[in-house]
Amino acid sequence: MNIIVCIKQVPETTEVKINPETNTLIREGVKSIINPFDAYAIEEGVRLKEKFGAKATVITMGPPQAEAVLREAISLGIDDGILLSDRAFAGSDTWATSYALSAAIKKIGAFDLIVCGKQASDGDTAQVGPGISAHLDIPAVTYVKKIEEINPVRNTKAIIGEDKISNGVKDNFARVERMTEAGYEIIEVSLPALITVVKEINTPRLPSLKGMMRAKQAKIIHWKASDIEVELNFVGLAGSPTQVVKIFTPAPRVGGQMLKGETQEIVDRLVGLLKSDIP
Amino acid sequence: MAIKILLEKCTGCTLCVKACPFDAIRIMDKEGPPAGRQAVIDLNKCNLCGACVPACKFKAILLEKPQVLTGAKPDLKDYKGVWVFAEQKKGKVQPVVYELLGKARELAASLGADVSAVLLGEYLEEEIQELIWRGADKVYVVETRELANFQDEPYTNILVELIKKYKPEIVLCGATSIGRSLISRVAVKLRVGLTADCTGLDIDPERKILLQTRPAFGGNIMATIISPNYRPQMATVRHKVFPETQSDMKRKGKIIRENFDGPFLVSRSKLLDIVDEIESTVNLAEADIIVSGGRGMAGPENFKILEGLAKALGAAVGASRAAVDSDWIPYSHQVGQTGRTVSPKIYIACGISGQIQHLVGMQSSKIIVAINKDPDAPIFKVATYGIVGDLFEIIPALTKKFKEVLKR
Amino acid sequence: MDYLLTDEQKMIQELARKIAEEKIKPVAAKYDQSEEFPWEIMEILAKADLFGIFVPQEYGGTSGGVLDLCIATEELSRACGGIAVCYAASALGTFPIMLFGNEEQKKKYLPDLASGKKIAGFGITEPEAGSDASAIKTAAKREGDYYVLNGLKHFITNGGDAQIYTVIVMTDKTKGARGASAFVVEKGTPGFTFGKKEEKLGIRASSTRELIFTDCKIPKENLLSKEGMGFIVTMKTFDMSRPGVAAQALGIAQGALDVAVKYAKERQQFGKSISSFQGIQWMLADMATQIEAARALVYSCAREIDVGCKDVGKDSAMAKMFASDVAMKVTTDAVQILGGYGYMKDYPAEKYMRDAKITQIYEGTNQIQRNIIALQLIKEMAK
Repeated sequence: MNIIVCIKQVPETTEVKINPETNTLIREGVKSIINPFDAYAIEEGVRLKEKFGAKATVITMGPPQAEAVLREAISLGIDDGILLSDRAFAGSDTWATSYALSAAIKKIGAFDLIVCGKQASDGDTAQVGPGISAHLDIPAVTYVKKIEEINPVRNTKAIIGEDKISNGVKDNFARVERMTEAGYEIIEVSLPALITVVKEINTPRLPSLKGMMRAKQAKIIHWKASDIEVELNFVGLAGSPTQVVKIFTPAPRVGGQMLKGETQEIVDRLVGLLKSDIP
Repeated sequence: MAIKILLEKCTGCTLCVKACPFDAIRIMDKEGPPAGRQAVIDLNKCNLCGACVPACKFKAILLEKPQVLTGAKPDLKDYKGVWVFAEQKKGKVQPVVYELLGKARELAASLGADVSAVLLGEYLEEEIQELIWRGADKVYVVETRELANFQDEPYTNILVELIKKYKPEIVLCGATSIGRSLISRVAVKLRVGLTADCTGLDIDPERKILLQTRPAFGGNIMATIISPNYRPQMATVRHKVFPETQSDMKRKGKIIRENFDGPFLVSRSKLLDIVDEIESTVNLAEADIIVSGGRGMAGPENFKILEGLAKALGAAVGASRAAVDSDWIPYSHQVGQTGRTVSPKIYIACGISGQIQHLVGMQSSKIIVAINKDPDAPIFKVATYGIVGDLFEIIPALTKKFKEVLKR
Repeated sequence: MDYLLTDEQKMIQELARKIAEEKIKPVAAKYDQSEEFPWEIMEILAKADLFGIFVPQEYGGTSGGVLDLCIATEELSRACGGIAVCYAASALGTFPIMLFGNEEQKKKYLPDLASGKKIAGFGITEPEAGSDASAIKTAAKREGDYYVLNGLKHFITNGGDAQIYTVIVMTDKTKGARGASAFVVEKGTPGFTFGKKEEKLGIRASSTRELIFTDCKIPKENLLSKEGMGFIVTMKTFDMSRPGVAAQALGIAQGALDVAVKYAKERQQFGKSISSFQGIQWMLADMATQIEAARALVYSCAREIDVGCKDVGKDSAMAKMFASDVAMKVTTDAVQILGGYGYMKDYPAEKYMRDAKITQIYEGTNQIQRNIIALQLIKEMAK
């Protein structure tokens, strides 16, 4: 079984602060970390690896220093890391990013499952995961909160009833729980497939010392645009359908009034203040 | 394609340094005469976002964006109309669709175009009518058993096909768990631009293109995004950002039915069951009012007090990460960076200190009420109304008062 | 200050700090209150490979040394001195096997101890044999292929919770200290039971119990080294472990300083943060300087051991004594800086002060350490 985990290096957003005088972001000295949602994807990849003796590969697209997040993933139990890095990719939007990543995944070869975090904490788009699946033309299930069962073995009709096959779900499948606004759905999906995962799926482990030592020694594979099959017109700023025209800082929310007095007094005033806004 | 600093114009004034959201610009000594300071861009950090270009008063930053288009450039003029994907669950069109229809009417008015809704499912007669009453000029309907519930692949196939056939210039969709998955796939298949989770949509009066504004970095910055060379321009939109349109039973509209079969309906995934977990009838994303509890609730049993208030207000119950991690309430209730982002009319934070990770998930709420015993809690910095006190005393009193006033 | 740590040591520091911050800090007060043994944290430390950092690779460790162990102990103590001592005491119980065990004994015990699957304890102290190890009364009598143990050890850290114990008992009372021998005893051996758990002032997450031997029969293969080597085993073990106690003290002091600095910056009085007052600033400066001096001493001493220096007794006594005295002083000052809050259990300062006290007492009281230092000094002068 082969598992691919896609991750992103992001600035630690909780440390992004606004300079109140210039109203701009203070990014100096901000640490770069693994996108918090991707930590769950890595953990799920490692768990599947441990359960099935699978091979787990982690891939990221970013600047050379993004190698750090690949090594961190390896310290947590992932086998290999691939860094997709090229000036040609700079300025890629979600279309171009998912295109480049899908081309790299094609180069990795056969896989059973791709695991992504539900979204990145800097861009918050949640588009790259499903985008990769569309480029690869494989099914995807987003917001997965649990893998109930996974059967990576092909041609085991004895296990699966005819019914599933006739409905398009093949014998190698995963049954997962997909989080929705009101609860969750249970979905069966043919492999190979892509899932994006939410926090509820697991509790990421801490690295181990031996893992950290292995990560330090690990050889990270570097691929440039010329190493994968991509049309240069479809990557980078020029290949991105969307363009950012303006970036600005919203006026920071300021505190309003403090209600003081006896409990009943406060409650009466608050109800008065809110009444007209209650539908 | 490149970004560069024009040395002869750069004065080393640092305006671009402040504008750069990626910390990619440094001011250094100029190499060689004349002596002075200049900006230097670290290309490993630069994302070519262009925020520095307008910030420079000396026009010293040059960002070349070659317009590369492969194949025949689509005739953008062929694309007309604003579409709204009418997400339905269990045959019921979701409220966010009516919010989008209102905005779509505004956009269509600026463009002199029609508004259409696209509805996929089964047994939708009443909903089709409602979509027209709520602002759709046309409703494209595909009804078949296989589409009763959302499935990534058939929904993608059909929506792609309809867009190719009818060529709308704008497609909007709710930034719901379904919408975000579906539209990402559709945009890839169509090779068009997609902007996620927008909070602002406008038409550029000159270029007649869609200006899409969205938060990034957990709401710390806002970005305006365009997709001028591709059609349709697609966006997902947050819940509760735009008001729902009201039903106008006099409105008339056209119903266009389409049939798909065979390969369009094949799905490599299958929905086995739908489990509704949230006991209250109101879900967080769509709630007008959210009553949320944090560490200060001190235990799972105390969430009953919040539920009482929520019931009186017709509100949903939310929670901070601290409360969820202590297993007081399921994760599906979590608001914040690792939970849901919400923007209700009223957000009542009870015993929530207001860590930044929580604030990014709720600070776009219209009114924030904070109840906390710690006067220094950061939540008060964003609260419209703050109360320092014992929530176990205040909330029951509040519930009682609201019940009286609202007569519920 | 840069202590020129190796990459591995930096990793240990980073990992232990992460565990301390994310996993130990949130539960430190809970264990201090309940006095339960922190198994959940022991499991985390085991999964992180930290139990084996000083054990050779062939036995499942990562072949680090005493400095590696000190770094880990310091970082863990920064969050909770009690939890850290559960970890460090396992190392203390492991050292005799590592240093004096034969190949079979090492193969039998070390892999489980290095992986944290089992934890260890070390038993020498008795009610009437504290600083005076030659007064040990617990005896082992050879009977065929077995030794039969009778007697009682008390104040044994990890007692009752550890699975493997190395104990020092008398095989020949007539020879005094030279009649002591070291044995490995496994929990569950018939005749081996535990006394009541002690209630302590500090390091309350750790367990302290009596080890009771009543005709406890153990195979002769459990003898470490030879009969009569017990005192040597003890001395060599303490030489290795003493910097660990010093590192524990160091970590406790650093943790208290962290709390004090944070509080001083936040606490407003007379319209200013109290960190702007010189009286507070000077206290903080003294605390930080003393800690850094202690660290330099502890790390240097650990390095000496790791490179194989002989006669480290004086240096390790200095490190243990100085670091623990600093810990007591710094934690007391931290409570002072926090004022009334410092005295309250809702704030972490008072716990550091309670945890610090034991470091001046165990593994040789600081009075005994001074004896060692002075005797060595005089000996050197006589040369």
